Amino acid sequence: MPFNILVMTCLTYVLFLFLVAFAVERRASRGGVGFLRSPLIYTLSLSIYCTAWTFYGAVGYAARSGLEFLTIYLGPTLVFVGWWWILRKLVRIGRRQRVTSIADLISSRYGKSNLLGVVVTLIAVVASTPYIALQLQSISLSFGVFASNTPTGWALPNRDATALWVAVGLAAFTILFGTRNLDAKEQHHGIVTAIAVEAVVKLVALLAVGIFVVWGLAGGPVAMLDKIADFADPANNPDWALQPGRWGGLIFLSAAAVICLPRMFQVMVVECVDEGHLARASWAFPLYLFLMSLFILPIAVMGLELMPPDTNPDMLVLTLPLAQGQGGLAMLAFLGGFSSATSMVIVETIALATMLSNHVLMPLWLWARPGAALSGDLRGGVLMARRVSIVAVLALGFAYFRLSGGSAALAAIGLIAFAGMAQVLPALIGGIFWRGATKTGAVAGLVTGFVVWAYTLFLPSFGPDGVISAQIFQSGLLGMDWLRPRALFGTTDMDPLLHSVLWSLALNAGVFCAGSILSFPSPVERVQGAAFVNAFDAEATADRLGWTQGQAEPEALLNMAQRVLGQDTAISFFETEAAAQGKAGFLPDLTPAFLAGLERRLGGSVGAATAHAMIAQHVGSTTVTVEDLMAVANEAAQIKEYSTRLELQQDQLSRTARQLHEVNEKLTQLSVQKDAFLSQISHELRTPMTSISAFSEILSEADLPGPQVAGYGRVIHDEAARLTRLLDDLLDLSVLENGSVQLNLGLANLGQMIDRALALSSQIRPDRAFDIQRSYPSEAMFLHTDADRLVQVFINLISNARKYCAAAQPVLRIAVQQRGGRVVIDFIDNGSGISKGSQSLIFEKFARLSVQTRHEGAGSGGASSGGARGGGAGSLGAPGGGSGSGGAGLGLAICREVMANLGGTVTYLPGQKGAAFRVMLPLRLEDKRPKPGLATLS
Amino acid sequence: MRGPAAPLFLARAVYRKRRLRDAARLLPVLGLFLLLMPGLWTAGPAKPSLGGDWVYILVVWAGLIAGAACLAPGLATSEQGTDEDGQAR
Repeated sequence: MPFNILVMTCLTYVLFLFLVAFAVERRASRGGVGFLRSPLIYTLSLSIYCTAWTFYGAVGYAARSGLEFLTIYLGPTLVFVGWWWILRKLVRIGRRQRVTSIADLISSRYGKSNLLGVVVTLIAVVASTPYIALQLQSISLSFGVFASNTPTGWALPNRDATALWVAVGLAAFTILFGTRNLDAKEQHHGIVTAIAVEAVVKLVALLAVGIFVVWGLAGGPVAMLDKIADFADPANNPDWALQPGRWGGLIFLSAAAVICLPRMFQVMVVECVDEGHLARASWAFPLYLFLMSLFILPIAVMGLELMPPDTNPDMLVLTLPLAQGQGGLAMLAFLGGFSSATSMVIVETIALATMLSNHVLMPLWLWARPGAALSGDLRGGVLMARRVSIVAVLALGFAYFRLSGGSAALAAIGLIAFAGMAQVLPALIGGIFWRGATKTGAVAGLVTGFVVWAYTLFLPSFGPDGVISAQIFQSGLLGMDWLRPRALFGTTDMDPLLHSVLWSLALNAGVFCAGSILSFPSPVERVQGAAFVNAFDAEATADRLGWTQGQAEPEALLNMAQRVLGQDTAISFFETEAAAQGKAGFLPDLTPAFLAGLERRLGGSVGAATAHAMIAQHVGSTTVTVEDLMAVANEAAQIKEYSTRLELQQDQLSRTARQLHEVNEKLTQLSVQKDAFLSQISHELRTPMTSISAFSEILSEADLPGPQVAGYGRVIHDEAARLTRLLDDLLDLSVLENGSVQLNLGLANLGQMIDRALALSSQIRPDRAFDIQRSYPSEAMFLHTDADRLVQVFINLISNARKYCAAAQPVLRIAVQQRGGRVVIDFIDNGSGISKGSQSLIFEKFARLSVQTRHEGAGSGGASSGGARGGGAGSLGAPGGGSGSGGAGLGLAICREVMANLGGTVTYLPGQKGAAFRVMLPLRLEDKRPKPGLATLS
Repeated sequence: MRGPAAPLFLARAVYRKRRLRDAARLLPVLGLFLLLMPGLWTAGPAKPSLGGDWVYILVVWAGLIAGAACLAPGLATSEQGTDEDGQAR
């Protein structure tokens, strides 16, 4: 095939791509980008992963080492089929933070540190330059294939000249379509579409060659399989044996690379228009990889079989059809390879140029001309920086190609680049999943990994005495044996690639974690860390942080924004923000939220670090402090706490309301009881008074016989005594309640006191035979208390039982126990007890229970015998009173007062199958006793 | 600082979606296991030929793609409720 036709075809193809890109850009500028937002375009653009290294190199790789080439595609497959939630998080963060490159993402995550941006950029440039050189090399090699094959012998094109022209052409294309706009979120539609077209071309080309090889040369899949089996026999091809270590290691490496490679990040995150596309790509992209690698092994096997042994295996895709006289197919394959190489170079260059201009050139420029942010055409400056970067990246690639002589096998260079970019993985994954990751850790880890990678893999790739002297290879750095580049720490027998990946990533991750744990992040880092790790949470608080109320003039900021974003964009942004703040005009207040939004917007064009620095020039230095962070956190916490407190208060209020309600009910009941008691007491007072007045009238009117006078006189006396007792009781109660009672303290035997009480109360309903159950041993104790008063309480309780226990065979059990310094005496009968509702009332002064609840007039004592002074209390409402329904309800009230004065209590004991009262008092009552019961009573 | 606490128990549809996501996360683990098998065979004495390995890997690969294709639509619909998803994590 004449070289001219080749060149013509090539130029036509390039022109076609230009036209596609141009047409799409035109359409996009008119807003018609509907089809560009399809998952298909996205998936096809991801195929940027398959470079010339895949197209040519994979066949060479397969020819050299058998199945191992598959690992490069299996790793990404694994990431995409199931772990695209990692990618989805990256995409979400990328969209929210307007990330422009992987360096920008990492610098932004770690406190917008430009140092990190520079480090990542440096790693990316160093790792990618050989890769770009590799693409140039593959293009010039493929030209060379056609040239050497020509029978007419047209002049062999200068290899370097070819590469140079290709580089210049790529630079032109990239500058033309890659620097049309600045904002990362205004994607490069033209380039993405051109890449998608190229993706189709390279897939079709490789499939065509593969089908030709399998069905045209090998004679069908079955024959092909036989040939592969034959070739793969270790006896024929010992190099093809699968090495388990490399197999697993390379799968991991390629999985890491697909996340970290700058060009993959560019198409996957920066150019992503819709997060949902990732779901489709999760199987479509692995399918693309599958199809790409399906025929690689057959091509390699057939090539090895049919071609002379000295053929370059990397070029088999081209040379095999050419040797078979399939010029058209070879042409297609050439275009496929050309597509693979050019698309990779274009995207890689854009990605690297963005990093270089945002993290190296722009900061340098701002540093060299501090006034630049305040005046001058910033937008032009940024675009110029980007163009310069594009040229610089391509120039670097070309220089590497010239210097390396293009001799190294393609696959080796690709893997070295993979291992280099994989150094970013710990900082990247740590950054989006671990809040504790800090800038110090990231910088230390990246630098460590980069240095180890360079020392163990990159520099040795130039060969012995290339950069590292053979002597160092032999005996290690500075003569230290354990620092040999291929055998760090004595790992002599490892595969060089695995060895480098293991040590660089292990040390990288280790230093990253240690550095993060040991250091303390700056406030901006913490804000960014929270925003990144919680990217899926609703709008993170970061918006409210970053800048406190600025001192800058909004107008100056608008000026600056115009120069970065362009006039229309900037003005409309300011106008929208002002409107959102409820202000008319173009100048919003410089709220922290506005400043953060503006910074992100600028960051989309010039990178987070630079944007941060530019705003800092206007607003003053970074104003956020740990205290600000805490303040915002506190604000939220305070609101939460406040609402919790409100809830608590509400609970408390409802509780209080309930209590008040209860008290109110009790008061109402008491008031009713009081009325009842008053009428009762009037009745009680009136009955004797009536008798007294009637008898005294009789006595005064007629002269009666002596005995009758004496009898009437006795009646009058008795009734007067009853009145006195009643009044005594009331007085007694009032004295007890006031706490002014005089106690007669002394030692008394408990058993004897109970004996006394039983004897004195035995006259109550003497007709009833009570079975008294006592435990004499436990009663044998001495108390220091007022014995008379205590006996008064006992009499009351026993009398109550005697009067109201309705059981046929009444039993009264008196149980005594000692608990700590207190004595507990229970009086339990076998009657029907007191209903639950009345239990709280029986100790009230005027309590008189209704008939249904057994102990009507439970408070009444009724021992008409005087005995102790308590006997008087018992007399209230005695049967002789005439009411017939019991006493006036003072007995238990007096008991309670007495016990309170004795430092003890008397309570109703529920759950004893009968009425049960528990008396509790101290073993030894001191003279200055506390009066717990009084406070509650008054 | 967190939003309202995530609910402890979920409705059937959301529950299925979560388990679908778990399945998607486990798929690569299964894939990795299956793909590392050829490396283990090599060590054994009765190893199949590399040609067999190649076919095996292609079959596993195709299986992974098919599995992902089955899972992806279900996961894509959960995109609408991303915020809820994210908070739950």
